[in-house]
Amino acid sequence: MMAGIAVSTNINSDNAEFLCHADETLLDVLRDRLGLMGAKEGCGTGDCGACSIILDDRLVCSCLVLGAEAEGGRIETVEGMAQGDQLHPLQQKFLEHAALQCGICTPGFLIAAKDLLAKNPDPTEEEIRFGLAGNLCRCTGYDKIVRAVQDAAGVMRGADHEF
Amino acid sequence: MRYIRPSSIEDAVGLLAEASGKAAVLAGGSDLLVRMKGGFIEPELIIDIKAIDALRHITESEDGFVIGAAVPCAVLGENAALRRAWPGVVEGANLIGSKQVQGRCTIVGNLCNASPAADSVPALLAAGAKARIRGPAGSRTIAVEMVPVGPGKTSLAPGEIIEAILLDKRQPRSGDAYQRFTPRTEMDIAVVSAAVKLTLDDQGVVQSARVALGAAAPTVLLVEEAAEILTGSRVDDKTLDRLAAVCSGACRPIDDKRGTVEFRRKVAGVLAKRVALAAYQRAGQK
Repeated sequence: MMAGIAVSTNINSDNAEFLCHADETLLDVLRDRLGLMGAKEGCGTGDCGACSIILDDRLVCSCLVLGAEAEGGRIETVEGMAQGDQLHPLQQKFLEHAALQCGICTPGFLIAAKDLLAKNPDPTEEEIRFGLAGNLCRCTGYDKIVRAVQDAAGVMRGADHEF
Repeated sequence: MRYIRPSSIEDAVGLLAEASGKAAVLAGGSDLLVRMKGGFIEPELIIDIKAIDALRHITESEDGFVIGAAVPCAVLGENAALRRAWPGVVEGANLIGSKQVQGRCTIVGNLCNASPAADSVPALLAAGAKARIRGPAGSRTIAVEMVPVGPGKTSLAPGEIIEAILLDKRQPRSGDAYQRFTPRTEMDIAVVSAAVKLTLDDQGVVQSARVALGAAAPTVLLVEEAAEILTGSRVDDKTLDRLAAVCSGACRPIDDKRGTVEFRRKVAGVLAKRVALAAYQRAGQK
């Protein structure tokens, strides 16, 4: 059998190399080969957003990217959001607003919200709802998530460093 | 299965033409990977065209725009010149899927997936866009409406790849628009859709028009009779009513869970009116 395709990437600011099969998704590589279990498989067809990651500054569903396609790519996952024990403001506000229940969608929402705020630091409620429309949550009804993102956006705008 | 990422279009065409088993071209993957996952397609070879530099850019010239086959739809929306010239094309392309999908999906992929409900295709037809194809026999350029021949089927010959979509320079006093009907505002597939492109004379009279309907027939439909009705008009109420009737009549839709034949016919007419007015406004008339 084939040994696999050798892929070099950068994940959460660390260089990462892995071998994968041609038909293996980046989501499967992250979870099964690299032990990064934050991104979740919900639908596996790009509809739910639970597997959201940032690849080369673009929010993508890692279930719709092959591991091999990540060659030379820069990947950001939920595991890279907290700095040691210091939670990212989005994570902190998700906790404070109880913006999660079962938690399956949460890593995807956090990454999608991070991408949204990087491009639009002061979004309206409508912009948040449209920006997060690719992420499904069956527990919260979304209101708590939207409020957490608004609150975190305020904290991040007032901070003296970038998150 | 093998995965290859060629760095030139010649290599990509060669690989595709010489493949002994089923080979698939991969750009954004938002259709291909879903079809692979569902077991609808099991390619032996995947040819990823994203490392081909010429396919990764939107270039603007005296003639218009060349949109490479590997350009994600999100990039179309971020291109101010393209948005100004072809707002209808951009609004169609930016309605495909979520933000996550926008970062991957391409208009060439949308075209080659050959869904009658493809969001970017009606506006491309209305715009008179062309597809530049590379194959073992060389290069050819055809009208976009010649690409899909039925649901999931294209006219591309074995070994052929669409390398770019060509859009003319925006003519003076021109406008285009695209709208679709979906029960939800996001993350949905068009029940029916319409696109119109108009060019006016200096008196505000429609000089030329193109009208396209989506999800209304086995392929996206160019409705020439509807274009004739708009031509010579000022897009007044009477013209719009005739436009709606012709568009409803031109539909050959299916009954499915998204909508009935009757509903699709009705809404095709309503949307044609709305996009004709939107295109007329964009062309510089109120």
